[in-house]
Amino acid sequence: MVGESGCGKTVTALSIMRLVPEPPGRIVAPSSVRLRGTELLSLSEREMRDVRGDRIAMIFQEPLTSLNPVFTVGHQITEALELHRDLQGRAAREVAEAMLAEVGIPDAQRAFGTYPHQLSGGMRQRVMIAMALSCEPDLLIADEPTTALDVTIQAQILELLAELRRRHGMALILITHDLSVVAGVCDRVAVMYAGQIVECGTAAEVFTGPRHPYTQGLLASLPRLGHVQERLSMIPGAVPAPQDWPDACRFRERCPHAWQRCGQKAPPLFPLGAGRVSRCWLVEEPTRVAGAR
Amino acid sequence: MSDPAGSGRSAVRRPGLGLRLLAVLLPGTPQLLVRRWGRGALLLLAWLGLLSLAVTRMDRVFGAGRGARLEAWVAALTLVALAGGVALYAYRDALRFADVAEPRPRGQWGLVAQAFRRNRLAVFGLAVIALLYAAALLTPLLAPYNPLVPGDLASERLLSPSGSHWLGTDHFGRDVLSRILYGARISLTIGFVAVGISITIGTLLGAVSGYVGGRADAIIMRFVDMIISFPSLVLLITVVALFTPSIFLIVAVLGLTQWPGTARIVRGEVLSLKERDFVQAARALGYSRRRIVLRHLIPNALAPVIVTATLGIGNVIVLEAGLSFLGFGVQPPTPSWGTMVADGRVYLLNAWWLATCPGLAIVFTVLSFNLVGDGLRDALDPRLRA
Repeated sequence: MVGESGCGKTVTALSIMRLVPEPPGRIVAPSSVRLRGTELLSLSEREMRDVRGDRIAMIFQEPLTSLNPVFTVGHQITEALELHRDLQGRAAREVAEAMLAEVGIPDAQRAFGTYPHQLSGGMRQRVMIAMALSCEPDLLIADEPTTALDVTIQAQILELLAELRRRHGMALILITHDLSVVAGVCDRVAVMYAGQIVECGTAAEVFTGPRHPYTQGLLASLPRLGHVQERLSMIPGAVPAPQDWPDACRFRERCPHAWQRCGQKAPPLFPLGAGRVSRCWLVEEPTRVAGAR
Repeated sequence: MSDPAGSGRSAVRRPGLGLRLLAVLLPGTPQLLVRRWGRGALLLLAWLGLLSLAVTRMDRVFGAGRGARLEAWVAALTLVALAGGVALYAYRDALRFADVAEPRPRGQWGLVAQAFRRNRLAVFGLAVIALLYAAALLTPLLAPYNPLVPGDLASERLLSPSGSHWLGTDHFGRDVLSRILYGARISLTIGFVAVGISITIGTLLGAVSGYVGGRADAIIMRFVDMIISFPSLVLLITVVALFTPSIFLIVAVLGLTQWPGTARIVRGEVLSLKERDFVQAARALGYSRRRIVLRHLIPNALAPVIVTATLGIGNVIVLEAGLSFLGFGVQPPTPSWGTMVADGRVYLLNAWWLATCPGLAIVFTVLSFNLVGDGLRDALDPRLRA
């Protein structure tokens, strides 16, 4: 899931976990979140707690603050195991140490007794991953897991996530604003803009043939190897604030192709076949592309 | 020649049976052998002191009357525990400098302890408090006289401090030192229990208030405002005056009126903590609200609570002394520092020790608690940690 800051990526993830604070947040009526056929929105809060951490796990952007500073790493992993897997003492400790080893932490037995402040950012993110995966969830939501890390560590963590996903046969939702991360790890991409998904498809399709002007703009703004450019291309303007979202196309103000229709009615998600969608009137009138404002 | 301590330590690198035996029989002597004078002397003195106490005061445990039997046994158990503690510490300490173990990773509390040790005054305060509590628990064995039984009014009344009565006698001919020791038990117990109650209530209510927010928060905090808006002493006197004064009542009233400060502090702490990512992470792991508050937020908010608790004990001891001074607290003949000051006040000109000694006891105790509280506050503040 890609999009710039404040476009609703994290809120979408939190809605899947049903962790959007209510009030002020609210998941509106016709919504649906299904996990292996279970409708999560109809579960009670108690049932939902059993889903969280056990079947859906989440890791966060800031490994510096996502671990509880007063407990050892081991304590935090075993707590989840005690709750969801009913493992106690030695058994829990063994699973936790195995998990720590699996996420590539050297000397897992020693790491078990360390406090978060004794670990580097990359190591802490590994601990977060170990914690999230300790109960073998069906789905892992990684909310910008590498934003706070430097590039080398970022590559390591992404590789680790991809490998763990293969090994455990688990689904991974990766939230990021970094298109290169998506290209490297993901099968399918959803592009978000101002609280809506504007385009969705396989990573290959979206990157080679973006259909929504916003996606096109994003891709055009990437620096490319071998292209000597004086300035990077950019999308003019800024994302409108939620209270300024028009009852029309939310990208219209910044869109190079916008015309009358875009200001009159909000475009729906047009299916383009094979699970691809685009939220743009251009799908209906592709000849417009050349036309000016 | 290298430094003496270093060479001394290397000499006992592999402790033999003799050294171990010495460490068990006379704790502290191995430390003296390697010229750790302070530690060795302290351990040896503590050991000998406890031993002699056990030998000379044995009859008090077995010869105690019906009412005093329980507290005599408590004192005896304390004595055994203290002696065991001293011996164990000395033994392990003696073995420790023999083989220098790899330093264990310091946890949060290890860092705090390190920072705390740098503050000499606070360490001094802690030592005084430890001694006070030890003395209070050992009082039935330590006290030279019975604190309640009046002496011979003709010959033992208002004696000035001397060899047989270190701090003199009062207007009933009772030994002041014994009364202060028994009073310490009352004051420290009241301080400890009342603060324990108020800290528990304050922490729980504050955490719930901060985490749940909304209406619960508003109700709890208005209640806090209400209690705080009463002058503490007036509220206490009013409540105590309504019932027959007893120690239980004082503990209950102090415990139930001193919590709002803690509640406010914990609430503020929780308000900022709950925005941190680890709380979100805990929710994402499916932890219940109760678990998040009790097991994740409160431990994080504990630092300021410990500081308020320590300072609070001093405060409660003063309040209790104040109440007793006014006659609403501990009732005679039970000795309490407040009552003793009140009684001694009359004789201030011809028997100064009567009011001065318990007064000094109050000052030193409260001062020690405040020093420790300040030390803890500095030690727990990561910004001040080097």
